[in-house]
Amino acid sequence: MSLTSSPDGQRPGLADRLPSWLVPNLSGLHLVAVMIALLLIGLLLVPVAQVMIVAFQDPATGAATLQNFMDFFGSALFRESFWNSFYVSAMSVVVATAIALPLAYITTRFHFSGSILIQSLGFIPLIMPPFVGAVAMQLIFGRNGTVNLWLRDTFGISIPFMDGLNGVILVQSIHYFPFILINLSASLRNIDRSMEEAAQNLGSHGMRLFRRIVFPLAMPGYIAGAALVFIKVFDDLGTPLLLNVNNMLAPQAFLRISSIGISDPMGYVISVILVVFSVLSLWASFLFMRGKDYATVQKGGGGMAKRTLKPAEKALAYGTVIFILLLVLSPHIGLLLLSFGTIWSFAPLPDGYTLQNYITMWEGSKTFIMNTVLYAGIAATLDVIIGTAIAYIVIRTNIFGRKALDYLATAALAVPGVVLGIGYLRTFHQFDVPFTGEPMASWWVIIALALMIRRLPYALRACTAALQQVSLALEEAAESLGATKRRTIQKIVVPLMTGGILAGFVTSFATAAVELSATIMLVSSNNDAPLAYGIYLFMQTPSGRGAGAALGIVAVIVVAIGTIASQFIIERDKKLKASSGDH
Amino acid sequence: MRNTILSSVAAVALSATGALADGTITIITSFPDSMTGPIEAAFEAAHPEYDLEVLNKKTSAGVKFIQEISGENTADIFWASAPDAFEVLKADGLLADVSIQSEGIPDKIGAYPLNDPDGKYYGFAGAGYGIMWNERYLQANDLQPATEWADLASAEYHGHVGMSAPSRSGTTHLTVETLLQGEGWDNGWAEWKRIAGNFRTVTERSFGVPDGVNTGNFGLGIVIDFFGFSSKASGFPVDFAYPTVTALVPANVGVVSNAPNEEGAVAFIEYLLTPEGQTVLLDPAIMRLPINPATYANAPEGFPNPFEDSTIGATVQFDVAKSGARYNLVNSMFDVMITYRLDDLREAVGALHKAEARYAETGNAEAKALIDEAWALIDANPIDEAKSLDADFAGIFTKKRKKATDEVGERQAEIEQRWDAFVLENYAKATELANKAAAM
Repeated sequence: MSLTSSPDGQRPGLADRLPSWLVPNLSGLHLVAVMIALLLIGLLLVPVAQVMIVAFQDPATGAATLQNFMDFFGSALFRESFWNSFYVSAMSVVVATAIALPLAYITTRFHFSGSILIQSLGFIPLIMPPFVGAVAMQLIFGRNGTVNLWLRDTFGISIPFMDGLNGVILVQSIHYFPFILINLSASLRNIDRSMEEAAQNLGSHGMRLFRRIVFPLAMPGYIAGAALVFIKVFDDLGTPLLLNVNNMLAPQAFLRISSIGISDPMGYVISVILVVFSVLSLWASFLFMRGKDYATVQKGGGGMAKRTLKPAEKALAYGTVIFILLLVLSPHIGLLLLSFGTIWSFAPLPDGYTLQNYITMWEGSKTFIMNTVLYAGIAATLDVIIGTAIAYIVIRTNIFGRKALDYLATAALAVPGVVLGIGYLRTFHQFDVPFTGEPMASWWVIIALALMIRRLPYALRACTAALQQVSLALEEAAESLGATKRRTIQKIVVPLMTGGILAGFVTSFATAAVELSATIMLVSSNNDAPLAYGIYLFMQTPSGRGAGAALGIVAVIVVAIGTIASQFIIERDKKLKASSGDH
Repeated sequence: MRNTILSSVAAVALSATGALADGTITIITSFPDSMTGPIEAAFEAAHPEYDLEVLNKKTSAGVKFIQEISGENTADIFWASAPDAFEVLKADGLLADVSIQSEGIPDKIGAYPLNDPDGKYYGFAGAGYGIMWNERYLQANDLQPATEWADLASAEYHGHVGMSAPSRSGTTHLTVETLLQGEGWDNGWAEWKRIAGNFRTVTERSFGVPDGVNTGNFGLGIVIDFFGFSSKASGFPVDFAYPTVTALVPANVGVVSNAPNEEGAVAFIEYLLTPEGQTVLLDPAIMRLPINPATYANAPEGFPNPFEDSTIGATVQFDVAKSGARYNLVNSMFDVMITYRLDDLREAVGALHKAEARYAETGNAEAKALIDEAWALIDANPIDEAKSLDADFAGIFTKKRKKATDEVGERQAEIEQRWDAFVLENYAKATELANKAAAM
């Protein structure tokens, strides 16, 4: 680090005589880049490597070997698990698309009151821990859940919504479809109206117009969302575990790593395969996007032409939207019923209703709520600071290895939470916290840092998108008027990025607040435990289910308020920018 | 009522994070908050100089956690049900030698010694395994409650039973091992596979079973007694029974080696064994069997008393050494034969139930032969008992290298793949034979 202290080319002598690559010219931005790189290496690469290395060791001798990988592909069970994971991820993308496409299309394409509502409600599934969603979905769609009990009473049939892989696909699609909805809506809104008009002039309309013009133009956004869904589902552990589906990769890895006494290398091999496969899918989606740059140079007008619906169409559109919203909000409805219910057992609805669950919850979980706000707040704040810095370095500078920073930060997406959790335990146990002398692995700050790394990719994407919309000309203007780089960033760039940064903050905060897979490994005292862990604890006892559900509802409300508030701020921000552009 | 008072006391104790306590005792436990809360409140009331830090982890994750942090230990106490988990920690030298003073505690519960002979861990409550059922579910499906393990294998319960995997839950491991020891290795496994053929699901956590029964996701579950008692006490329409072949085993507590607060840890364990500490176990949300016989005087009506009712848990003499020797091997066998191949097993057993029903009508001897052949295929074990107790073979599943030069002959993955192929072929063949018999 001492190398970086020399100011640009000011020091004659030794440095001048050495080859230039030995003493690089380091500006403040270089310094920041180096610090971020060190942070990412220390908090992401090293811990993950600590876990992955076991996969390459002979369990008997500790020597380097690839035998474990051959065992993996030699095992029928693992091949089946791999296929199941792949199938579930792909099907989840399909089902999530079926949910997101109508919502995105109707809200961007037609004059539709309640578009804002849909866009906000559409975000809500993301902010519920998937395992909580699974509990609620089991009560509604399960074998003896509300829907099937009713179907059996009325028609004498039942539908296996939640059996085996079906259940995982349903829960995952409902949980992760907002990724597609958000990205798809954004790209639909950015489609140039003139493209559509040109196609219409040439006689194209209806489905053909959609298939040949609109959908291809919206492709980049769709692919970005679909790739995210695919990877998250591929890595997700909580949902299959809660639904007792074992024949998938992530549960297999977890089951093998966390079993008593077993140091079976297979769990670690699976972790490596999960990471590699996720990185590959991410890379494939980048490659795909690179070849398809549909950005239109001349903006004809903001988004596609909006049409007013005819009454019959309107009814159809409302029907579709209400049906989809009921479906995607069913976990919340179930959770709400559970939180107010007394006993809910083999019945379409709870036996009775009470407020007792909220009282019990409130008595026992103030710490969880405070901790969550603290951890997720720290994580999201750091995320947007680092995200903005990386975005600026990648887009605006030509620092060597800047792309690597981007990839490294994005790679966190591909690291399953459990792997990161175990890696942190291994890495940070050797170090003590300054002054208190306790091991770092049991220090609560580590939980916040793990959340920060896990959610950095979300914030980074949002910040990158925001920076791309800030014209370089504005910065050049500031600099030509004599502002330093630092001042320009402070006074021009960051203020112009506010909307995007805020969106990044909310996404990181909301999703960090309900994260469980990494924290469950790292929490070393109930006093340090965040909300998701608290729900998990409540849900482990027969008497605590209602209280756990009540805590879940509190989590959803807290995060939802934050989300809707930031939506308003972003909208206002957009309007301000638009109106200042008119003058 | 007392429960609410106790839990609000616990909440107050939690929020006032030991400003006055001169010693924090850190506890790693698999017990739920509803159990640790009242005990914590009672202990802190009796010993205001100490402050309990309770950290809830699954048994297996707790063991893993203590192993991972052993370099610089921050935990004082490990507190969990399964004696096997303590055996694992003891084998790794992670449990400390402490002397615990107590009065009126017998040496045994059922046929099981209460304390570790080496004094590394101590029993503080008893628990037995049994069958829990949902009344509404059984009524809707026109079923009677099952009271013996063998009942669960009969055709009417097909698809109605749930259980956790022994590799996931220490308590479930005990249930599996108890039956293996009570019925013998081959008969025990055969019985497990016939019962498992009726499974709806194998849950990932031991709590998943009472949860599934409580919600009515499946009708009957194989659970540890207090899950049944506390679910019933919470108002769910469920009940619980002990089968004849069950073991009463102690739930245990031990001090971790190099504990930062060993003195506090000993004080906590001694409190657990006092009459006041034992009485807290009868809290409706806990419902564990106290090990101090005198405490049963305060027990609610109908609460089982193993010190008077000698039929509970007397049949099986549970051999901890045997269980410990093949701990991981039994877990792995259960997962390979049952957990991961449940669909195949369920299909085969379902087909056999159909074939047997058909045979009961026709009395066709040829069909009977096919049915017997198919059952034999399902019952077949990849290894015999002697092999399961062979230290070298069982060692493949623990991979504890003493020296870098120690070489293990085969790898776990190789063996599991061989077993997998073995059972998969047998289940497929059994299904085929059963279908043939059903068509006769």
